[in-house]
Amino acid sequence: MPTTRRASLFLTCSADALYPSVGRVSVRLLESYGVDVDFPEEQTCCGQPWLNTGDTKSARTMALHFLKVFERSEAIVAPSSSCVDTVRNRYLPLFKGEPKLQDRFRELASKTYEICEYMHRILDIPGLPPHPEPTRTTYHSSCRTLRGIGLRGAAENYLKQMLGDHFVPLPDADTCCGFGGSFSVKFPEVSGKIMEDKLGNIVLTGASTVAALDMSCLTHLSAGARRQNLGRLRFVHLVELMMEALEGKTR
Amino acid sequence: MNPVAPNFRNASRDAVKNAQLVAAVRKSSDLLSDLMARAVANTPDFEALRDYGRARKLEISGDLEKYVQSFTAHARAAGAVVHRAKDAAEAARLAIKIAADNGTKTAVKGKSMTAEEVELNEALEAAGITVTETDMGEFIIQLAHEKPSHIMAPAIHRSRAQVAELFTDKLGTPPDLGVEALVAAARKDLREKFLAADMGITGGNFAIADTGSIVLVSNEGNIRMTTTLPRIQLAVVGIDKIIPEMADMPKFLALLARSACGQTISSYMSIVTGPRRAGEEEGPEQLHIILLDNGRSRIAKGPYREILHCLHCGACLSHCPVYRAVGGHAYQATYPGPMGSVISPLISGLGIYADLPNACTLCGRCAEVCPVRVPLPDYLRDLRSDVKKPPFMMKLTAFGANTPSLYRLGMIAMRRMLKKGGKGLMAPALKEWTVCREPPKPQEGESFRDWWRTRSYCK
Repeated sequence: MPTTRRASLFLTCSADALYPSVGRVSVRLLESYGVDVDFPEEQTCCGQPWLNTGDTKSARTMALHFLKVFERSEAIVAPSSSCVDTVRNRYLPLFKGEPKLQDRFRELASKTYEICEYMHRILDIPGLPPHPEPTRTTYHSSCRTLRGIGLRGAAENYLKQMLGDHFVPLPDADTCCGFGGSFSVKFPEVSGKIMEDKLGNIVLTGASTVAALDMSCLTHLSAGARRQNLGRLRFVHLVELMMEALEGKTR
Repeated sequence: MNPVAPNFRNASRDAVKNAQLVAAVRKSSDLLSDLMARAVANTPDFEALRDYGRARKLEISGDLEKYVQSFTAHARAAGAVVHRAKDAAEAARLAIKIAADNGTKTAVKGKSMTAEEVELNEALEAAGITVTETDMGEFIIQLAHEKPSHIMAPAIHRSRAQVAELFTDKLGTPPDLGVEALVAAARKDLREKFLAADMGITGGNFAIADTGSIVLVSNEGNIRMTTTLPRIQLAVVGIDKIIPEMADMPKFLALLARSACGQTISSYMSIVTGPRRAGEEEGPEQLHIILLDNGRSRIAKGPYREILHCLHCGACLSHCPVYRAVGGHAYQATYPGPMGSVISPLISGLGIYADLPNACTLCGRCAEVCPVRVPLPDYLRDLRSDVKKPPFMMKLTAFGANTPSLYRLGMIAMRRMLKKGGKGLMAPALKEWTVCREPPKPQEGESFRDWWRTRSYCK
């Protein structure tokens, strides 16, 4: 008898404040694959905004809080590559010269996953059923997905299985959307220019849905799309499409 | 070097609006990126080459002074006069003195970013020496009185049509010439200058410690002429360009040529070892080498040591989303793009270039393409914490974000305010965000935490 897999949901700030359905769907999706999900309510932010603006002291405090909240979890699963990248790759260098803490952070890093990555690498889910109402969909492979957690091709494969020919790859898929956290407000004109090009490529695909594994890129892109009157575009985390495919109905 | 702290926000705001500039930079960057990708794909052992490059560079930067000494001794043994400049001003003074001591009036020059760092042309011109740039890109921007906007392709920001217009204006060529005709016009203008010049100035792509040689690569042949025709020869080389042995050179050259413009080898390669020897028919009477430190010895001992490994190929520029959106001039530094945003503040001071480490989305593409694996995004992130103390607001929000009850309240408040369109209290915080976007729009309905509680209770 295999023991039940257990995973703790790390919700992330954007899902906490803006996208509750991404959290709900993450829980239900994992449960539908037999994972026992818990949600540690003491969780806060991973600290990335402080880390990337040079406030390493605050980032350290937040890393320690994250460790306290999630250290005992069997696996930590989050619907965001960039937050996972922070936990997995950025915490360790903050504790140079503290080998005992580093060991604990290394252990933490080894069991923290983006949800699509967790399905692909840990649950080893080979395929998904076709989506009940496929619409033309493209995929923004965010920088943190590609170069942070090193997940290439998995999300695209799931999209192909669910959507068939309705999945259209995005030209220049490996370039940044221009968000960059604090960059987006420090240099909004440049951020906006890079975003404009990304939105231009999205429009070129003729897609009505844009999926990604990073709600922060999608917040930036969807807010930009509304400014540019591209309001018909739907921006979703991949889990939303997965859940729709599994349940056989669109929300 | 700019004494006033440049403002990247203002410069980049103007740059993104310049459609011609953005189109020209985009077109050439795309071309360079494609050429590199193809060359790398055709090099099965490229990753091993990159590992070799980084490992060898780590040996060098870990013991830089040893290699400087070795290079100096071997270059002197080959007959070169080796000078050491602690900073840009000293390098410029030395160059002026070399020119004055030898009564030189005109110089031809190969493309050199190190000379740009020293502002050599300005210094020599001020001392009454006419300097002519002989690299096509440098020739163009010299005519236009501009600075290079890319470390490998200095005139990348100009379209062919703009160059044709410039040539008509400055050289009297017929209007709207094609690329070949433009090159021919430049060649004609340059030929006489090559023959008349009494000084040849270059940088150095590599300085070989065990032979004392300067290695120069080019695709135009101008370096060959610059290093052989004039009687006085000057190479201005950063001490970071030193590699231990001639035997290292082929591998570094393979990395450089592929990353710079997708070639397996550059069209020309010159190895300059000492001046003309007895019995030789060509070459300069004197070879002077100015080894420029300008902070490099200090950087080698600090946490950003690997930036000295940079081969100056320019791949990080051509692949950078920010560089591609604004071009090089917006950085207002000798070295633009990711490598520039690391090296500029390290050389000139974080006070002057405080903006640059932030002028990056941390997308990681530069690290992915760097031939010697310089951890550019990590350095840019770390430099941010060196720039200045975090503002009080950041500290305050960190406290809130790290206290679960306050964090939860903050998320509820943010959600409510954004549901109302982000007006009122939220508006100042959204000022910059809404420059190019609408406020973020929360989904309707209950929060995740409410849903989770209800669900857990019902279970």
